[in-house]
Amino acid sequence: MSRATGWTILIVGVALAGGLLVGSTSLSPSEVWAGLRDASSPSASIVRDLRLPRVLLAFAVGGSLAVCGASLQALVRNPLADPYLLGLSGGAGFGAVTAMAFDFGTAWAVPIAAFVGALASVALVYQLSLVSGRRLDPRVLLLAGVIVGSFASAMMTAIITLSPVAQLRNAFLWLLGGLSGASWQALTIFSAYAVLPLLALLYQARALDLLALGEEPAQVLGAELERTKRIVYLATSLLTAASVSVCGIIGFVGLAVPHAVRRLRGPMHLGLLPLVFLVGGAFLVLADTLARTIVRPLELPVGVVTALVGVPAFTVLLRKTLR
Amino acid sequence: MILEGRHLRVRYAGSRENALDGVSIGVEPARLTAVVGPNGSGKTTLLRALLGLVPLTEGEVFIDGRTIAHWSRAALARVVGVVPQREEVVEEMTVDHAVLLGRYSRLGALGPVGVADRLAVDDALARCDVAQFRTRAVQTLSGGEWQRVRVARALAQEPQVLVLDEPTAALDIRHEMEVFELVRHLVHQGLAGLVVTHHLNLAARFADHIVLLDHGRVKAEGAPDAVFRADLVTDVFEWPVAVHPWKDGSPQIIPLRPGEPDFPVAL
Repeated sequence: MSRATGWTILIVGVALAGGLLVGSTSLSPSEVWAGLRDASSPSASIVRDLRLPRVLLAFAVGGSLAVCGASLQALVRNPLADPYLLGLSGGAGFGAVTAMAFDFGTAWAVPIAAFVGALASVALVYQLSLVSGRRLDPRVLLLAGVIVGSFASAMMTAIITLSPVAQLRNAFLWLLGGLSGASWQALTIFSAYAVLPLLALLYQARALDLLALGEEPAQVLGAELERTKRIVYLATSLLTAASVSVCGIIGFVGLAVPHAVRRLRGPMHLGLLPLVFLVGGAFLVLADTLARTIVRPLELPVGVVTALVGVPAFTVLLRKTLR
Repeated sequence: MILEGRHLRVRYAGSRENALDGVSIGVEPARLTAVVGPNGSGKTTLLRALLGLVPLTEGEVFIDGRTIAHWSRAALARVVGVVPQREEVVEEMTVDHAVLLGRYSRLGALGPVGVADRLAVDDALARCDVAQFRTRAVQTLSGGEWQRVRVARALAQEPQVLVLDEPTAALDIRHEMEVFELVRHLVHQGLAGLVVTHHLNLAARFADHIVLLDHGRVKAEGAPDAVFRADLVTDVFEWPVAVHPWKDGSPQIIPLRPGEPDFPVAL
């Protein structure tokens, strides 16, 4: 077993255990265990209906966002690429809020609207970043992402403020990302939208290895450039949209995690992406566990915790990139 | 003819001139063809056209007798190995991994790395004399070592054609000689070779066939001593030169300074 795999198993184990054991109601490990095993035990409803879906949803969302980050970083050859910084999350949030405000239908329809929003942002960011010339400048790309992201949040704020729909009143909290709405239904919706894009990205793993060399070098080594680009932008938009729809805008998960895993596992994406998923999942479970315990009985939006970790990571990577 | 371009014409979007204007070129096994010419004469565009990386305004490229439109990128990579002029260096990558990328066109999306792939990588590392670096991170290599690793990656593709775009730019004498000796050796073993270079004198010593480009057209082609004539080179590069044969018979080009004998008064 490689060092990277060992670490991953350890981190995932600690995160899952922590997420299940810690909460606003204090339960002993044996009570949690009983709740998991036996539906009639007194702790069963807390463990099964609250903690387990929340931990699993955090795991799935964290893993998906981290895989998005790793894939986008390879595609645009920039270690700072991440669904949040590239404006995908903002666009997805705008789409989701619009769908909710105008009552487009069920919880199943919200991710579709978010997907449209994310795709629109990615197209806009891409166009803006080409202004400086044909070559994709990493600095201009990030700037474009941040600009499109801020525009999307301004629009979201406007819709939330003006909308008469009652459930949007809580949306300000949701904007910062939170898993308090986690449920088995949310997990089902998320998984239904996430499985296909995750597999599609894994299928592009080798093309991503090649794309990290640049577009023409990748092509002469056998990559179908346009197809890979299309798949990666579609898949990351859909994953981001599904995440934003169930738990709001959570930034920076896609930044620190892929970087750390690359250092352990090396740069080849076929082995890297599964580990990035697991570590990203564990990271968000831990962040969420912190978010709901450090200011008990209040709860911080999990996006606040990921930002506390993510911004220092961003600083380190920024120095590295612009050096 | 394994790789052939016929009457290639390329005009980039927004440009009023053809970057490539009716160029025909063929590459054959066990023969090294060098494309030379001044900056902007269309050398790199010719390579990109032959590799299907730029849309043709006119003309056709044939690989193994079939037009390039019928080739997937992966199928093409199994026949044509390319050492691009520039690429991004992925810092965490080892030499072993970098050369394994040459096998990707044979692995498919999820296929495992098999014995044949390992052997091809070993063989390519050995032929380029870089096996001793295999566990090193690529960014720790010198320019010459990195260039040999990239040739090894192209060999791991087990291609029939080897294409190099300015392989010795920014290399010192030893490393540029090492790269050209390696390429010459590989061509001698049967590969078809195509190299774009600014080094006229190295092209004259190592290549079998020279294609001299000027303003997107073939100004002259043939054996080095037929192409590298003082009047022709002076005309194309717009600088007076003298040409003297080296002991092996290859023409060597010496750019002249004002005041030297042969230097034309009216420049």
